[in-house]
Amino acid sequence: MATDINEIRNEIKSLKQKKNSQLSLVWLRFKKNKLSVIGLIIIAIIFFTALLAPVLTPYNPYQIDMTNRLSSPSSSNLLGTDALGRDVLTRLIYGSRIAMLIGVLIVLFEGFIGIIFGIISGFFGGLPDKIIMRLVDILRSFPVIVLAIAIAGILGQGLFNVVIAIGIVGWTTYTRMVRSKILVIKESEYVENARAIGESTFSIVLRYVIPNAIPTAIVMVCIMMPTALIASATLSYLGLGVQPPLADWGSIISSGRNYMLEAPWISTSAGFFIMFTVLGFNFIGDGLRDALDPTIKRN
Amino acid sequence: MDSNLIEVKNLKKYYNSRIGPVKAVDNVNLEIKKGETFGIVGESGCGKTTLMKSILQLIKPTSGEIIFEEIDICQIDKKELRRLRKIMGFVSQDPHASLNPRMTVFDTLSRPLKIHKITRSKEDTIIKIVTLLKEMGLQTEHLIRFPHELSGGQKQRIGIARALAVHPEIIFLDEPTSALDVSVQTKILKLLEKAKKDFDLTYFYISHNINLIKVISDRIGVMYLGKIVEIGRTDIIYNNPKHPYTKGLFKSIPNPDPDKKIEKIYLKGEVPSPVNTPTGCNFRRRCDHASKICEEEEPELKKLDDGREVACHLY
Repeated sequence: MATDINEIRNEIKSLKQKKNSQLSLVWLRFKKNKLSVIGLIIIAIIFFTALLAPVLTPYNPYQIDMTNRLSSPSSSNLLGTDALGRDVLTRLIYGSRIAMLIGVLIVLFEGFIGIIFGIISGFFGGLPDKIIMRLVDILRSFPVIVLAIAIAGILGQGLFNVVIAIGIVGWTTYTRMVRSKILVIKESEYVENARAIGESTFSIVLRYVIPNAIPTAIVMVCIMMPTALIASATLSYLGLGVQPPLADWGSIISSGRNYMLEAPWISTSAGFFIMFTVLGFNFIGDGLRDALDPTIKRN
Repeated sequence: MDSNLIEVKNLKKYYNSRIGPVKAVDNVNLEIKKGETFGIVGESGCGKTTLMKSILQLIKPTSGEIIFEEIDICQIDKKELRRLRKIMGFVSQDPHASLNPRMTVFDTLSRPLKIHKITRSKEDTIIKIVTLLKEMGLQTEHLIRFPHELSGGQKQRIGIARALAVHPEIIFLDEPTSALDVSVQTKILKLLEKAKKDFDLTYFYISHNINLIKVISDRIGVMYLGKIVEIGRTDIIYNNPKHPYTKGLFKSIPNPDPDKKIEKIYLKGEVPSPVNTPTGCNFRRRCDHASKICEEEEPELKKLDDGREVACHLY
């Protein structure tokens, strides 16, 4: 053989070093969208404050201080205190821990089920597709929140019950999106070419279908995250979410509701926390959708 | 040159639609001889691609036989089909769409080698792929590129390299140059010509570009509405087309001489819908020579003295 294997290997190695990795290209494209970067910063702040909550706040979120109830925002209590004299900002920061945890758990739960069903339904079609899609239709015909309330009511309060109550409908969105993406991929010429070189069905799913559907799934996760957060906040607002002593955005809004006139900061600040988190994820989702498309060139 | 590599017998591919079956490929008979370039010409929608994909078993034909090595390949099982995939290569029309956007050139080219166990070690694979790339006029640097980082011509070279990687006996080319610039087309055609010699290949080439087909193929089949209307040696058919459709098709090639006026439209009317095909001869409503028999009886392919076959009641 005229060509030397080590020579080629070295050449490939040096080429790889020179070339930007796919991930760095995604980042390059992502950071061009200013809104997405803002979204990323918002989520990063919320994530790190949640992580570092005990270090950041001098207060205990559960410490009741009846002498200091419903005090307005001041230098000692930046967002004031609630009806039991607890620092609202501290409770919100601890609340973001639960919000993030629930959000991630819901997205993992519904994403996992939804994406697998989407792949089965889209790629194999036939009877499994019909069964899955009719199930999706049935679930989607319920008002989401009413169904979640019913399920949470049956299962009772608690973190995992919230995840199940919201995820039981949430997966249908993933299934629909992933299915439609896979229907397109399945009919694509590169899958036909893959069959022409003798790829097995398993290999086609693994090497051709899934890698091309992953960007859709990632974007879906970013877009579904805020929906999950709002749904879980709604459940706790209605008293069906996590148990009361735990600080949760929805329950904070709910507890502030009775003092809307005397202490509007309780509910409003919790509302703003939810709003910014939702915005942040939406911005990230938007930017990722563009950044993950390999056909958009660098310049 | 004379032995038949593949024989297609009474091949039909009908698609169901609400208003009746769409006859995409209707009763096609042809042979592909070893070592030749067999060209199929016809207008868009005449069933060229469906015919090719049916032979390749990418589409399941409705009925008919495709004989390869004395076996009907429409009836074989998965394992044998996989062996067949190694023997029959396929290059599709759109070079961009035919490559997996998430695979580098190296991954794309190593797949056929792995599936058919051509190379034993990773070193083997790398050397094989680099050699193949060089033969295609590409460099090592292209190995780590993704399809969207290549030009159209480069992508088609990769498509051809993928087909060549496993040393097939026959390659099915579905208008491999139609999506490319004229200058790139020439290069790709030269490359195909060289590969044919080097690897002792047979080509099955479909195109709507009559001039191109004339240059590259040894024998051609003219397709109209799912049927072969004329089939035979390229020079014979080209110099003296017999079927009225072939005549019209060849005369409709634009002449590059600006002083020469376009005298006449040779193919009048439109291609009928493949659902409601006319009785008798498919072409009769557009044909100047249509008579009563054309309405009543479907013409069969008849062999003429010069060896070609033509499906027309005039002969």
